[in-house]
Amino acid sequence: MRVTQGAFSYLPDLTDEQIGKQIQYALDNNWPISIEYTNDPHPRNSYWEMFGLPMFDLKDAAAIMGEIKRARGEYPDSYIKVNAYDARYGRQTTALSFIINRPANEPGFRLERQNGNDRVQRYTIKAYSLDTPRETRYST
Amino acid sequence: MSADTEQEAPLDISAAYAESNIGAIVEQLDRELIGLAPVKSRIREIAALLLVDRLRKRVGLATEPPPLHMSFTGGPGTGKTTVAMRMAEILKSLGYVRKGHLVAVTRDDLVGQFIGHTAPKTKEVIKRAMGGVLFIDEAYYLYKAENERDYGGEAIEILLQAMENNRDDLVVIFAGYKDRMDAFFSSNPGLKSRVGNHIDFPDYSPEELMQIGELMVAKLSYRFTDDAHAAFAEYIRRRMAQPFFANARSVRNAIGRARLRQANRLFALGGVLTRDELMTIEAEDIRKSRIFTEDN
Repeated sequence: MRVTQGAFSYLPDLTDEQIGKQIQYALDNNWPISIEYTNDPHPRNSYWEMFGLPMFDLKDAAAIMGEIKRARGEYPDSYIKVNAYDARYGRQTTALSFIINRPANEPGFRLERQNGNDRVQRYTIKAYSLDTPRETRYST
Repeated sequence: MSADTEQEAPLDISAAYAESNIGAIVEQLDRELIGLAPVKSRIREIAALLLVDRLRKRVGLATEPPPLHMSFTGGPGTGKTTVAMRMAEILKSLGYVRKGHLVAVTRDDLVGQFIGHTAPKTKEVIKRAMGGVLFIDEAYYLYKAENERDYGGEAIEILLQAMENNRDDLVVIFAGYKDRMDAFFSSNPGLKSRVGNHIDFPDYSPEELMQIGELMVAKLSYRFTDDAHAAFAEYIRRRMAQPFFANARSVRNAIGRARLRQANRLFALGGVLTRDELMTIEAEDIRKSRIFTEDN
């Protein structure tokens, strides 16, 4: 099941050229880019690992494409996203965020029920991929 | 390639020239930079090559981006940084760099203080310069022959790698004094072979310095009286004979001090001032300089 988080996730995967153009747009708006990765696809997992520090003062997308290439090389079986942060006073939030790398095999989620007090049913979703240890996650 | 594409209608090089905006930039260069004839002719050559290359590309001939990494050598204050900035604009208008910004750095920005600190620092700078021009001032400080454990060598290695792998993204300009740059290049043959353009900036003649001075004064909305003009010419002649003369930079500093004295004179005068008086630098504003009081 394809994880749909961030912008463009309902579209087919962007090509590198398209990613470059999106990043250039962000840089032209003075939004510094950061790269993050994780292998926990849960939608409420908002704290992904940082891949290096956020990249300030860049003008050209080529520099970030180089970093993306490096990140993909190191974590080919992880979700990787780029975030563009708008630091303007009054906004100060992520302006654009999209996934640029995902595992070849995304097993999806299951629904779990839990019996609480007084026959109350609690529901939760759990990623199948978390059932296996981190090292072997997503390997097909 | 088939025969008929080779016999296309002649390509209009003047049209391509007009379209590329190089003309305006070179003209601005001529207007705002006094002297520097060898530099200007070299820039024109490079611009011509880039233009021809672009036309060749249009008809499908083999093109390879020319080696654009450069070294600027010359004395202090001969306009190396100013020309580098122009160079970035020229390369941008020709489409060889995408952004046309200039990142000016020195050894401090590239070389770290402890093991493992240099590589990330240098890479950071390279990333910042991508799409533009990386200008390394006083580049010879990067390599210290007397200390083999110096981290400068590591920075050079990473730079070389970026110059080779990111040829489309980055143009590097090394700048510094001539003799020391020659020594720097001879001890780094890998670097020398990757830097295609060596441009030497000559020192200015007194007449050129005078013109530069006038240009600076006019830009600041001041003007010399005739006497002041003569005094300034004399000042330049005397200053050139002194040690630590830094060409245009010395001229700029001299004008700065003349403005101080002018302000001081007007202040002492008191009363009502005209617009004209506010603009005028008198001979006495210049002649009060230390240069004239010392015997030489």
